[in-house]
Amino acid sequence: IDWGTLQAVLGGVNKHSTSIGKIWLTVLFIFRIMILVVAAERVWGDEQDDFICNTLQPGCRNVCYDHFFPISHIRLWALQLIFVSTPALLVAMHVAYRRHEKKRQFRNGEKINIEELKNVKFHIRGPLWWTYTSSIFFRIVFEAVFMYVFYYMYDGYQMPRLVKCNAWPCPNIVDCFVSRPTEKTTFTIFMLAVSGICMMLNLAELCYLVIKICMKEPKRTT
Amino acid sequence: MSWGFLRDLLSGVNKYSTAIGRIWVAVVFIFRLLVYIVAAENIWKYEHDEFECSIRQPGCENVCFDHFFPVSHISLWALQLIMVSTPSLLVVFHVAYRENREKHHNQKLYKSPRHIDGGLLCTYLISLILKIGFEIGFLALFYKLYNGFKVPRLVKCDITPCPNTVDCYISKPTEKMIFLYFLGATSCLCIVLNLSELSYLIFKYSIKRYLKRYTKKHQ
Repeated sequence: IDWGTLQAVLGGVNKHSTSIGKIWLTVLFIFRIMILVVAAERVWGDEQDDFICNTLQPGCRNVCYDHFFPISHIRLWALQLIFVSTPALLVAMHVAYRRHEKKRQFRNGEKINIEELKNVKFHIRGPLWWTYTSSIFFRIVFEAVFMYVFYYMYDGYQMPRLVKCNAWPCPNIVDCFVSRPTEKTTFTIFMLAVSGICMMLNLAELCYLVIKICMKEPKRTT
Repeated sequence: MSWGFLRDLLSGVNKYSTAIGRIWVAVVFIFRLLVYIVAAENIWKYEHDEFECSIRQPGCENVCFDHFFPVSHISLWALQLIMVSTPSLLVVFHVAYRENREKHHNQKLYKSPRHIDGGLLCTYLISLILKIGFEIGFLALFYKLYNGFKVPRLVKCDITPCPNTVDCYISKPTEKMIFLYFLGATSCLCIVLNLSELSYLIFKYSIKRYLKRYTKKHQ
């Protein structure tokens, strides 16, 4: 699994984030991406092979598995991580655009220190503030949407041990057993908790940015 | 599978693109390549093993699988990604050729080797047209081979050595369908981005030429 490039892009964004943003990035990498890669793959790896139904009827197992797991948990988490990381790209693009503008100014002859240009840190003001705030807003929306999709698709966050399946070609109601339900429930709750923490960090960052801008406004008008 | 080379290619292309081109690179990279590597590859990993027919006749499952999936969805997806990213190489090569020429003649021949004008503009437009062509070609191929992005739960097969019409069950059809729709949507998005980049470039350079001719006339 190649998360390395996403890591490289997000690492670039790290320079221009607030402190809460940096904490969010760390939580994202260590508690979500790493856990997904290291643990979840192992736990969900044999999910269809070890999904056993109490019938010899060929095809019944396939159909029941597809009915109860339209999208596997790990795929949903992978999609969630991709969508949640993408708004940070907006910020990266805006910063790259600003840097490009500065380079153009330098080329047009204005005096700018080259060293300063390389390590310039753009403060979150003006249009960048709007880009940054909308990226945090979208992150919150995506997190919430995915948490809801999870809840809706799997009727809660617990993995049942046994599901009763009646889809054709199963001859009648058949018992099907899910592999490693407790371990899967544990990981699901863990990922849910970390999603919640990330969402709270994003909300805190949003409030902080809004308050900061509101505090600056009265100072400017007086 | 090592997609590192495609990643390097795309980040190299990023330098010579317009703004819309950079958005295209980001979309291809994150919503297509990354989703493919991280999610899609695993769904189709054991598709042959998990393809089950309601019969014990040896060879029947193999023959039916081969009949219904001549080229696997995932192979088509991978081919599409590679073919769609490759026309950008034309631009990279042309810029390298320009830089080489400047070095060889030891003088400034172009405004900037990377500036999109003249020959480089033609190359860039050709690469865009090729990209659009490949995208549409692959979408058409998907439609022709699999009748769209639908994946049925059950297919009926009666090719020898299957003794009569046999029910065969495909594994994870819903998950496959969802990811195929995702692939279709991102392909369409990329086609739209390429078309807008094409029109933007043509429009910008026609205006430039018109203005140049207008000012020349008046001098």
